[in-house]
Amino acid sequence: MTQSDDKKQLDKLLEKQRKGNLKPSDRFEIPPQPIPEQEPHKRKKNISEVALGYTETQARLEAMRCLQCKNVPCVKGCPVRIRIKDFIAAIAEGHYKKALQIIKENSLLPAVCGRVCPQEVQCQLTCTVGKKFKDPTKAVSIGRLERYVADLEQDNIQIPEIAPETGMKVAVIGSGPGGIVAAADTRRAGHDVTVFEAFHKTGGVMVYGIPEFRLPKSIVQKEIDVLKKMGVKIICNFIVGKTRTLDQLMNEEGFDAAYIGVGAGLPRFMSIEGESLIGVYSANEFLTRANLMKAYDFGKGADTPIAKPKIAAVIGGGNVAMDSARTAVRLGAQKVYLIYRRTEKEMPARIEEVHHAKEEGIDFRILQSPKRIIGDENFNVTDIECLKYRLGEPDESGRRRPIPIEGSEFHIEVDTVIMAIGNIANPLIRKTTTGLEFNKWGNIIVDENCKTSIEGVYAGGDIVLGAATVILAMGQGRIAANSINQYLKQKKKQTLRNTK
Amino acid sequence: MLKEPHKIVSKKQLSENVFTAWVRAPLIAEAAKPGQFVIVCLSNEYGERIPLTIAGADPENGTIRLIWQRVGKTTAELADLKAEDKIMNIVGPLGNPTEIKNYGTAVCVGGGIGLAPLLPITRALKKTGNYIISIIGARTKELLILENEFKDISDELNITTDDGSYGQKALVTEPLEEVCQRSNKPDQVFAIGPAVMMKFCCEVTKKYNIPTQVSLNTIMVDGTGMCGGCRIEYDGQPKFVCVDGPEFDGHKVNFELMIKRLNAYKYQEKKAIEQYRNYKCKLEDKIES
Ligand SMILES: Cc1cc2nc3c(=O)[nH]c(=O)nc-3n(C[C@H](O)[C@H](O)[C@H](O)COP(=O)(O)OP(=O)(O)OC[C@H]3O[C@@H](n4cnc5c(N)ncnc54)[C@H](O)[C@@H]3O)c2cc1C
Ligand code: SF4
Ligand code: FES
Repeated sequence: MTQSDDKKQLDKLLEKQRKGNLKPSDRFEIPPQPIPEQEPHKRKKNISEVALGYTETQARLEAMRCLQCKNVPCVKGCPVRIRIKDFIAAIAEGHYKKALQIIKENSLLPAVCGRVCPQEVQCQLTCTVGKKFKDPTKAVSIGRLERYVADLEQDNIQIPEIAPETGMKVAVIGSGPGGIVAAADTRRAGHDVTVFEAFHKTGGVMVYGIPEFRLPKSIVQKEIDVLKKMGVKIICNFIVGKTRTLDQLMNEEGFDAAYIGVGAGLPRFMSIEGESLIGVYSANEFLTRANLMKAYDFGKGADTPIAKPKIAAVIGGGNVAMDSARTAVRLGAQKVYLIYRRTEKEMPARIEEVHHAKEEGIDFRILQSPKRIIGDENFNVTDIECLKYRLGEPDESGRRRPIPIEGSEFHIEVDTVIMAIGNIANPLIRKTTTGLEFNKWGNIIVDENCKTSIEGVYAGGDIVLGAATVILAMGQGRIAANSINQYLKQKKKQTLRNTK
Repeated sequence: MLKEPHKIVSKKQLSENVFTAWVRAPLIAEAAKPGQFVIVCLSNEYGERIPLTIAGADPENGTIRLIWQRVGKTTAELADLKAEDKIMNIVGPLGNPTEIKNYGTAVCVGGGIGLAPLLPITRALKKTGNYIISIIGARTKELLILENEFKDISDELNITTDDGSYGQKALVTEPLEEVCQRSNKPDQVFAIGPAVMMKFCCEVTKKYNIPTQVSLNTIMVDGTGMCGGCRIEYDGQPKFVCVDGPEFDGHKVNFELMIKRLNAYKYQEKKAIEQYRNYKCKLEDKIES
């Protein structure tokens, strides 16, 4: 359909709505609006964003597909309970500012979440329209709509109002999505907030993990700029547990409360032969070199080298695996395999990214997994030996357990292997903080208010949940900030009482 | 507790390619212990992150001492900085401190730039009452650094050069072997230098069964355990140098593999430094003309 056809259709629908006879069947007839994208053969050669965003007409058409369900199943699917129905109604009416305000009641980073949330297993999974078509990809494109209104505001993001200064000091450790939200919300309550970040750049995984072609770094930067304008202090190159410990921050530097949002941490390897060979990377290293230090510009400004893969194998089936595979393509790899032990159905990656990866020519090898990595006399990777798998009974996670097929070994020739099989908690805070309780996987234990075992210390995001999502981290950042604000109110009252 | 810019307080050239500077970094100076290192990054957008050992820390003045060898683009750029210039990013102190205690007789073996990290360790060992035998070496006289500093804190000092231009014409392993053969065997060896040197030192001390700590200088990215780029094979298991090290029992390190991994980016690094030199030449031409 051409743009003018779209416009005509929209006008017709709006007219019907004005007259009060727009029926659900009319809404079902509106085709799901495709998001304009860079062509696969073009985008493989650049790092710019793949999805280009809706036009105004597309956004309104998509919004008109929403049935305005009374029981809002979409909201129940949303981890932070955004009033989805209402913001979509506002878009359908053309009230984009209002739509954004509604979203911001619950989510501080809509431009990010609209792009990276796994909507197909959250709000869009439960959406009535998707149910009707028996296909979550045909649900109302809630994420794309969220992105649409968020992007409209990108050039002048509102600076929230700040309550009068309380004189209380809050330390936010880690500048990922959880940390950003915790900092914004505690600062809004008038506290003196300092964010400590280990890296030389802020943004956490949104900056060093998720690639530019999926989440432009300028979007994250703008959110950080807002924090700065709100008066949040940001200290980079500061590792809590090394530069100063949490104990020191709380006892010597006078912080009244802290939020720990240090993310997942250490990369997992497979413990198979050959993992130390040259050409074997963790996804974290591969993506950090590429994203944070822009190694794709090596020789054109960037100082960080990255081995340019010719034939790469990425091991794993999550977002991290997709991002690594697609980054390898953009670094010029001629062939990229994605090797996964289960089937596509079990892949935890966002459906859209799986689809994009395939469009970019990535060769999916399902029901396979490496047994060992083989190198030459100079320790450079030359091959991986894989085993074939089949699916057995479901395990605790409800996914069917992959079982290796004996004697099914075969080789794939590669020069680069990227391990994207997850992360484990970084032990740094654990080893250097007294009295903080952890579970057996090294994740910090918190209650429903994100409170840890230490008074005044709260935590959230991947360090609590294990590998989770941006929206879950954000949600916990917000819960923790509320708890901190309450805790500090109490604390202030108490100190006032004591000094009287 | 706001961080201030890392201003270079003073800078000196120690040999043709080795430089030292005292840099303002009060938070790090206060926390640093012998054996730890920092990661330096010269630009936010495009900078490469390189580990450098903390060769000295002065908490009173809020400064740390860095010593580096001009090998890649970042170290070349560092070498071009002057007093009063600023280093954009320094993070640390990273890694585990050396276990400093009274071992009895400690042999401190250092080669080339490895003498930089060895110095604060030796100093601390001396303070805790160890009898210090230092063996310091370089390819040639001009490349030998920190001789005086070591002289001050050593009970015995051996100097070697590969070409015999100064001290004994030998590799550091020769005096090391002699010391190991003494009837009162040393109790502990610390060997820090080029990977090959550490490898051979460990081969010597293994023969005499003397515990040997080495400090490894692998390629690093984050320095917090997040990337695994710094991993080595230790006793057959992967270990991350930035968080599990940088010091290890040298007898368990797979040096051969580590050396190969160190060279993984050699070609690209060479290109980067060439580009930087060309750029500098052009710049200088411009300024002159
Ligand atoms: C490649 C990749 C792709 C992903 N794709 C998606 C996606 O599409 N959708 C989605 O929802 N989620 C995705 N995720 C997961 C998501 O990014 C994380 O769940 C989320 O970022 C976790 O947020 P966080 O607040 O816990 O902190 P993180 O984003 O993990 O950030 C933690 C920050 O703390 C800093 N830090 C760590 N230790 C210290 C310390 N001791 N002192 C100071 N600072 C410290 C770190 O440097 C980091 O900047 C992806 C993850 C990766 C790696
Ligand atoms: S479930 Fe779907 S159709 Fe119903 S209100 Fe939510 S977005 Fe609209
Ligand atoms: S430098 Fe990244 S884990 Fe050690």
